[in-house]
Amino acid sequence: MKRIGVFVCKCGTNIAGTVDVEAVVEAAKKMPGVVHAAEYTYMCSEIGQTMIQDAIESEKLDRIVVSACSPRLHEPTFRKAAEAAGLNPYLVEIANIREHCSWVHKDEEEATKKAIAMARTAVAKAARSRELEPSEISVEDRALVVGAGIAGIQAALDIADAGYEVDLVEKSSTIGGRMAQLDKTFPTLDCSACILTPKMVDAASHPNINLITYSEVENVDGYVGNFEVTIRKKARYVDMEKCTGCGICYEKCPSKVDNDFDEGLAQRKAIYVPFPQAVPNKPVIDRPNCRWFEKGKCAVCQKVCPTEAVDFEMEDEIVEQKYGAIVVATGFDLLKLDDFGEFSYGKHPDIITSLEFERLINASGPSGGKLVRPSNQEVPENVVFIQCVGSRDKSRGKPYCSKICCMYTAKHAILIKEKYPDTQAYVFYIDVRTGGKEFEEFHRRAVENYDATYLRGIVGKVFPDGDKLLVHGVDSLSGRTVEIEADMVVLATAMTAREDAGAVSRLMGVSCDSHDFMTEAHAKLRPVETHSAGIFLAGACLGPKDIPETVAQASGAAAKAIGIISKETLLSDPCVSEVDESTCTGCMNCINVCPYKAISEKTLEEKVHGKVVRRLVAEINEVLCQGCGACTVACRPGAMNLRGFSNDQILAEVDAVCL
Amino acid sequence: MRYSYYPGCTLKTTATVLDESALKSAEALGIELAEQDEWQCCGAVFPLSTDEIASYLSSVRSLAATAEAGEKLVTLCAACHHVIKRANHVMKTNEEVRDKANNYLELEEYYSGQGEVIHYLEMLRDDFGFEKLAEKVKQPLEGRKVAAYYGCLLLRPGKVMEFDNAEDPSIMEDFIEALGAEAVDYPYRTECCGVYLSVNNEDIATGMVEKIVNSALRHGAEAIINACPLCHYNLIELQDKNADGEPVLPVYYFTELLQEALGLTEKVEDKASG
Amino acid sequence: MLKVKTENLRSNILKDIAEISGENVADCYQCGKCTSACPVNQAMDILPHQVLRLLQLGMVDEILESKTIWICASCFTCAGRCPRDVDLANVMEGLRLTLLRQRDASRIKAEDMPEILSKGMPEQGVVSGFRKYVK
Repeated sequence: MKRIGVFVCKCGTNIAGTVDVEAVVEAAKKMPGVVHAAEYTYMCSEIGQTMIQDAIESEKLDRIVVSACSPRLHEPTFRKAAEAAGLNPYLVEIANIREHCSWVHKDEEEATKKAIAMARTAVAKAARSRELEPSEISVEDRALVVGAGIAGIQAALDIADAGYEVDLVEKSSTIGGRMAQLDKTFPTLDCSACILTPKMVDAASHPNINLITYSEVENVDGYVGNFEVTIRKKARYVDMEKCTGCGICYEKCPSKVDNDFDEGLAQRKAIYVPFPQAVPNKPVIDRPNCRWFEKGKCAVCQKVCPTEAVDFEMEDEIVEQKYGAIVVATGFDLLKLDDFGEFSYGKHPDIITSLEFERLINASGPSGGKLVRPSNQEVPENVVFIQCVGSRDKSRGKPYCSKICCMYTAKHAILIKEKYPDTQAYVFYIDVRTGGKEFEEFHRRAVENYDATYLRGIVGKVFPDGDKLLVHGVDSLSGRTVEIEADMVVLATAMTAREDAGAVSRLMGVSCDSHDFMTEAHAKLRPVETHSAGIFLAGACLGPKDIPETVAQASGAAAKAIGIISKETLLSDPCVSEVDESTCTGCMNCINVCPYKAISEKTLEEKVHGKVVRRLVAEINEVLCQGCGACTVACRPGAMNLRGFSNDQILAEVDAVCL
Repeated sequence: MRYSYYPGCTLKTTATVLDESALKSAEALGIELAEQDEWQCCGAVFPLSTDEIASYLSSVRSLAATAEAGEKLVTLCAACHHVIKRANHVMKTNEEVRDKANNYLELEEYYSGQGEVIHYLEMLRDDFGFEKLAEKVKQPLEGRKVAAYYGCLLLRPGKVMEFDNAEDPSIMEDFIEALGAEAVDYPYRTECCGVYLSVNNEDIATGMVEKIVNSALRHGAEAIINACPLCHYNLIELQDKNADGEPVLPVYYFTELLQEALGLTEKVEDKASG
Repeated sequence: MLKVKTENLRSNILKDIAEISGENVADCYQCGKCTSACPVNQAMDILPHQVLRLLQLGMVDEILESKTIWICASCFTCAGRCPRDVDLANVMEGLRLTLLRQRDASRIKAEDMPEILSKGMPEQGVVSGFRKYVK
């Protein structure tokens, strides 16, 4: 005979405001198997927990039902409390009479009836609960960081400093990411490369960090503590051991290609290093644009290389490695402006995006840091900045605010005035958003000390007119339409997820939102975790953010990763599927529906009437299984059962409600 | 290929040149445009209020007829195209209006947007193909610099008209190049010509026409083509005139150039249009 | 001084305009792009975004007395560029209809038509004029 204890929480007025908690307690006392029922205002508090523990001891309870808030919040609390009192934690059932009852109903009488029914259901389930023990999983003490921008670099450094080995995988041939493209950073106006490159060098020289550049993650299998990852190291056609980074090869290469790093404003060679401070500073050959690969002619690089490092025979290398935790830090992109033809981007070379502007003023950029018009190489007299291009736009662009543009435009206005006192900056804006430390003061400096003229109103259209760009806008504060003859127009373009972000999310097994930004486990309290245990996120792949936030998230993700790989073993959730081999017919329907590849075939050998008979049954990998229950539904003979949510438990719940 | 054809009132009166040149060109291309047996004036403007349903019932009738015939409905006048296309959109998306319109018209088959209306240019681009059109050209308009003027009604509102990229279209330029001429790109090709203001506010409309024409001229245009009888009239009427009293920048319907390129007429400038 | 009254915010005339136009003026965040885009903004007394602002504050009378709503050329450029998907062209029409649907309020007279037609105005223009400015 079971001895079930029912504890009903008032949760202040959250539950008690709608549900007559005393009535639920009285009803519970009469339920089959219940020997004890009590209520308290805050069952999750220490007093509440002690109440439960005392009752377990004094009443010799062997099952607990807690009617309170969502198990998402306090199931662990009550399980731990039960365990401390000597009861198996999986003999605790939660009836959610808050989110599923008091918070969604107004009629007190009906809500109370429902709460009683829910308690009865939980009691029926608890009566059939079994003790469960989690199993232990081993943990690889190695971490993987995908993406080597500032987020990835920081995460890798933190994990490596804690004493663990880290593989830092990067798609391009160098680490550094977007920060390497920038000139100065707000609000300190630090030179971006000056603060980034020391970290890049640290990452390259750290004994615990393994840089894997010009490579991509191809497959991720496994589970927390035991991820099995396949990495494709693309052929560089340059032997990294022999190459000294002297640069003669790209000096002599005859092929020119638009340089992505310079946002297409300048060109690079087919054998190239994206920027001078690249790490590793060794070139790769861009195969589709290489004359040797295309036509079988040239090979100048091979001829001039003093160490014979160029090797056209190189092939992609596939590496398989196990990791305990993964940090994804794959960064962002800018919105394509095809749907914003009114700004005439692409119709005139002097209409550029903010990232292109950043390259123009960067000393390592296409014009050596001189701010010149791409059309005629002259210094512009009037530069018009247009904010919110594609941001805050639910019609053709992205509905969100891209967060960083108000600040970087103020920065651009300041930088222009510092070097070119005769050049005037105009900024068309809707609002100025300066929410960080020292940000508001920075923006005011742009207006008050650096003569930037801010006009509140967004530009309707840019009309290229001969040498000038006619900007038609409005200053809504004075109520006048305005026309400015600009020499350069800079569009603060929306930050978006990378084009392949959706595919990368699926590869990693993390979810992403409708804008392909990867989703965190909880927007407020778990900003760097995902719903996939062991996989963490950092930086702009989550959404628009600036460098300080990115670095903070990177360290946060690193801490989470360390939290996993520092353990010898992890406990796995015991609420997984189990197969009754005697009823399993071996149809393997379960394998088709399992999203975690947790089921495989097993051959049983049995003696039947003296003969050895072999038959197939399903076998569950209890560590891969996440307890979703799909197999229990797909199983035709009903041989599959989910521990903690068994078929007989569920049927008992149905009976408790209906009968 | 056979289409139902909706000319609209203006093509039968003031703008017969647009109607005739389009039909002759279609014939030369092997396209049959069969004028609908019964059609009424589309009303020229699409009612922007949510409660004026009667104003676009003539569009619904034509659409229902074209659906019944199992043919697409081809339009030439930008205004007719605008009205019929938007009426079709409302019939597809607004259940209340759809029910009211069907009840009133007592159509044999309930109309819910089964009909499709396309513009002549869309027919050339999507069904016929500009590449194929280029092959049919007998008198390529070599060396002629032609500017396209889109006006408002073909392009906007972009999400309903879906004619082309509303801010940066290319269909008319592609058409011009298919005929062998050089398409002139200029920033005022999608700007409104202001013709609704030409009765009560002629000076404003004149300013708008000047901006369009001057921009086209500055970019080297020798002629400007359009698909709207009202824009056509406005661009000619309110333009600066030369010593002969002719518009400085000649204005033609796009089908006049098409006719010439197909070898059906002499050079279009030799006969004044309008 | 604009006296902002709560009853103005909830007036029937505002409800009518919202119903006829099918637009919710609260969606507008006053970025001004409609004004910048409007090809006839120079001739208007109240700018397009200001029309929406006055509607947001319940100040319809001032708009109805303005030149603006009759200068509007119904070119739909504003609606196409609005980042909030507010169709200002519909709102302008709603304002015009509010006036036109009153008695003897037509902006075009039938007796003026012969002269307009004799100048070569296509039927399309005449029909548009009647449809838009005569109720």
